[in-house]
Amino acid sequence: MKIPLSWLNEFIEITETPEQLREVFDDLGLVVEGVELTGQDIDAVLVAKVLEIHPIEGADRIRRVIIEAGEGPLEIVCGAMNFEVGNHVPFAPIGAVLPGNFEIAKRVMKGITSNGMLCSARELRISEDHGGLYILDELITPVIGQRLVDALGIVPDVIFDISVEGNRPDAWSIEGVARDLGARLSRSIKSPALATPNGAPTKDVAKASITATGECGRLTVSIIENVFVTSSPTIIQQRLINAGMRPISNIVDASNFVMLELGQPNHPYDAAKVSGKSLGVRHAVSGETVVTLDGVERPLAKAGRGLGDSGVDVVIVDGADKILGLAGIMGGDESGVSDTTTEILFEAAFFDPMTIARTSKRHGLRSEASARFERGVDPELALRATARFVEILKLSCPNLVWRSEPLDVRGELPAVPVIELTEGDVERLLGVKIDAAEVARLLRAINFTVTESATGFQVSPSTARLDVRSGAAGRADVIEEIARLYSYLRLPRRVPTWAEPGGLTKVQKLRRHLRDVVVDLGACEAWTPTLGSDADFELLDNSERVRVTNPLASEESVLRNTLITGLVRAWARNLERGTGDLILSELGNIFLHPSVASRPRPTKGGVAGSVTLSLPEERERMTVVLGRIDDDATTAVAFAKTLFNRLGLADVVLRTPTLVPLGVHPTRVAEAIDRISGASLGFVGEVNPNLLLALGIPEGRRLGLIDLDFDAVADESKATRVSSEVTVPSRFPSAMIDLAFVAPDSLHADDLRHSLYEASDKVENVELFDVYRGAALGDGVRSLAYAIRLTSQEGTLSESDLANLRSQLIEVGAALGAQLRAQ
Amino acid sequence: MSDTSPLANLDQQRDDLIRQIAEIADFATLREQEPLLIGKRSILTTLQRTLGQLPESERKEAGALLQNARRLVEERFAERFTQLENLERAAQLEADRLDLGDVIASAVRVPISVGHPNLVASTQRELEDVFVGMGFSVADGPEVESDWYNFEALNIPPAHPARGMWDTFYVDLGEPETVVLRTHTSPTQIHLMEAAVKTGEPRIHAVMPGRCFRRDTPDARHLAAFHQIEGLVVDRGITFADLAGVIETFTRAYFGPEISSRLRPAFFPFTEPSAEFEITCTICQGQGCRTCSQTGWIELGGCGMLDPAVLEAVGIDGREWSGFAFGFGIDRCAQMRHQIADMRALIENDARFLRQFS
Repeated sequence: MKIPLSWLNEFIEITETPEQLREVFDDLGLVVEGVELTGQDIDAVLVAKVLEIHPIEGADRIRRVIIEAGEGPLEIVCGAMNFEVGNHVPFAPIGAVLPGNFEIAKRVMKGITSNGMLCSARELRISEDHGGLYILDELITPVIGQRLVDALGIVPDVIFDISVEGNRPDAWSIEGVARDLGARLSRSIKSPALATPNGAPTKDVAKASITATGECGRLTVSIIENVFVTSSPTIIQQRLINAGMRPISNIVDASNFVMLELGQPNHPYDAAKVSGKSLGVRHAVSGETVVTLDGVERPLAKAGRGLGDSGVDVVIVDGADKILGLAGIMGGDESGVSDTTTEILFEAAFFDPMTIARTSKRHGLRSEASARFERGVDPELALRATARFVEILKLSCPNLVWRSEPLDVRGELPAVPVIELTEGDVERLLGVKIDAAEVARLLRAINFTVTESATGFQVSPSTARLDVRSGAAGRADVIEEIARLYSYLRLPRRVPTWAEPGGLTKVQKLRRHLRDVVVDLGACEAWTPTLGSDADFELLDNSERVRVTNPLASEESVLRNTLITGLVRAWARNLERGTGDLILSELGNIFLHPSVASRPRPTKGGVAGSVTLSLPEERERMTVVLGRIDDDATTAVAFAKTLFNRLGLADVVLRTPTLVPLGVHPTRVAEAIDRISGASLGFVGEVNPNLLLALGIPEGRRLGLIDLDFDAVADESKATRVSSEVTVPSRFPSAMIDLAFVAPDSLHADDLRHSLYEASDKVENVELFDVYRGAALGDGVRSLAYAIRLTSQEGTLSESDLANLRSQLIEVGAALGAQLRAQ
Repeated sequence: MSDTSPLANLDQQRDDLIRQIAEIADFATLREQEPLLIGKRSILTTLQRTLGQLPESERKEAGALLQNARRLVEERFAERFTQLENLERAAQLEADRLDLGDVIASAVRVPISVGHPNLVASTQRELEDVFVGMGFSVADGPEVESDWYNFEALNIPPAHPARGMWDTFYVDLGEPETVVLRTHTSPTQIHLMEAAVKTGEPRIHAVMPGRCFRRDTPDARHLAAFHQIEGLVVDRGITFADLAGVIETFTRAYFGPEISSRLRPAFFPFTEPSAEFEITCTICQGQGCRTCSQTGWIELGGCGMLDPAVLEAVGIDGREWSGFAFGFGIDRCAQMRHQIADMRALIENDARFLRQFS
């Protein structure tokens, strides 16, 4: 909402500087998004008439123009193309200093002397229009040589661009903003001049009715006769321009003027085009359509996509039940005022905010009116706004007649709540005691009714504040008003304390630890998109996917079910840039469609949370892509084993998976299984070369891959932790023996290692150090050589102890089908 | 058609080709034979050239016959091609087989790489740590939510104009617009309060970080996915003064003792009174610069006292309990601290960017 200081001054005396005022606005919650100065530094600009226009040889973007500004013809070089001979335009003579400290000097272009400059509206900071010169003929009756500020009635002004919050329908008007300032600055508010009806009774000629009483709380209809269409006085035009609206004609301008000034959207009809001079408000019925002012034909009363939207549309109809417009949003294209209008039927009404919000959303149609109605217009404003409209219109049509007793029909209006405010309420919410007299003063200043009661106050909000609710919520609303007007900056601060210590959960600590370890092992942590394309999804999977209904682009329409694709893509882009020698990791959520998820998430949904919905299963994964030169499945295994170790996992074994997971090389993959729980923790291996091919990655590169199910890793019943009890190493010397077994391929090297370790409490450590395959051994077997460290807590192991242990270990191997390899 | 027609043996020639295709057992041979089977050197191509010799009257029919035969052969070829290509790839993958159980991890020689934590993640951690130090716990929540948790329980009923504050991505599940990608971390508040209310003592002091989504075309200042941290305190006797105190303590702890905070009125449907909180501009230390539009202050987030309607939605008795909530952008904190000119750098995963954080 643009608030010109000069307009504000009509309601309240402002003595503050613009900088001071800006701070007051901000502190009132009327946040100033910009301050614009207008009409400054243009005193020297004159009205000039264009006498001649000539092309300049060798230049197609500038022309030679002869103008008259009162002191004889002058030659000007001008780059604008939007004017013709006879037009009146602003002229800045040599020596003038325009806004932005731009001094006009004599210039010579293509051998032609330019004796000044013809100006656009933006160059003069009159409006944003920079489409060419500011043509004055449509706005005023120009007088050659007159100062532009006098011709247009421009006074230097400061325009505050204020962002109006959703709970401040009242602040969407000059008067409402003035009222807030008045409360804060303890200054009185002036009432604007209002017309009084002076004609015969309205009911003699016009009719008004409401059948949609739930949606239309009030309909007022006035008849204004003896009007004609002309342009508005300069002061009105200037106000509208400064407030960001384009002047059109006296009637339309007056209509916009009262909306901006008082906040009442309204509609002036050409009374001759409204059958029976009758307005009715009713529900639209299915099958009806309306052509709105923007020329679009809109089907009415059709249920919308919005949650709980049954499709209620309210329309304005005339005496012949013809639809004139969509109530509170936009008029139709036939009944508006035109050049021939001599009598106005003026509508000012109140519509239910939620109805307007739904209709506006469903039709994708927003207007200045709907924006105000959906936040809540003061239901008591209609006739006062009409009186102001007539008063403004009188400036151009002094002989108009406003028929007396305007029609005023009521439907259901929102009840004005009465809120109990006991003495302690303010302090309980704000943490500070505010003097009761001050509370009453602040609330009364914004037209709230405050009456004293036995326990404190009874407060009723002004009718302009439909955002104020009843009961406990209303009390909070009222206290917010008190705090706002009192100033948030004056409220105290206190640091609360409580008994419970802060901290992270075990899972949160593990999450941090996991990230740290992965980074310690050399990974750069990435953040890849949650939303991908169907094509990307289908590279790996064809199952049901979770889709976004309204994506920004089709490439961002499907929720990922793996982190692999995103990371490989990110790596590939680095490869193209020559920075592909890199490990990338990410810890993030993947999404499984409820129809394919093993544990879809039930949740409350629907209107008022009345139904149970099945939402996608969200699983957290830690995925690492090893893309350094020479990285492959073996480096991934080394990485993963170190990782499991650092995570304190007791016993994770890498086994060939029964089902190859998405995106993984099918023959270079192992599943990380917790040996104790049997649970799967994820996969280790290489990225599937088919995926690399599909993503256009040059052949010959292998990408190591670790893809862990964080939820499983975090679950201690699945991922067994090492015991917190540690072993103090034996103080006696240990002995090393090497044993090589010929083991069938079906025997996992790690299972054999595990059995050897478990064989005796004298076994301190078992480590695989060699794997050998060869024709001499035969097919389907390989040699697995382990270095075994033996020790005892009781004493030094003797030769015979060692011999016994050795045979014991060989027997353990044999029991698993692994024979000691012949030396 | 006469016996002398060049197409007299077409059926047989066609079947020969089909048989030949079926008999080829490896992908390389099939590719090698392609010109002979369906390409330039195929009998079908030779026959095609003879059509010109036919009288005008027969040419059309003969052409159609030949076309039919070619189509059949080509179909078989394509089928076989895919079949053998898949076999070939499978064989390649099989030849690539490696038993990872036999990998001797200690023998794998890998270069030392220097890893780098993600900026957003470490910013989140630092923020969490500040709040943990102030006595807060940390709670997580899902990224896909129902309309109820993301909006309605937060006092934003369907079609309410306040919804315009969030450009929402809807998820294609259930009735239209019932499931969303969460537009803020606030739904986690509702989950926390619902859980706490069951204990009968709904005391909550928690922050909730997480990824959120808004249907905003990415530019230098916005990403469609972003990270927020939200705080929630519910207890007996909590007031707006406590909120202002927590915000101020946090501001100094995270941004430094020379940075302070202030609150100004704002509107959020789930808090009342609501405030926007601003901090001393970190660029100019409050002196006034372009970043803060000469005001010396920059907006960081929103906050306020829990709206009675929200307490009611989760079943907390507002006469006994009160609370506040606040929220702000994690990415924005990172952007401010590191003066990142274009937020899109955060999602580009360019190693040259990632490696600047330690």
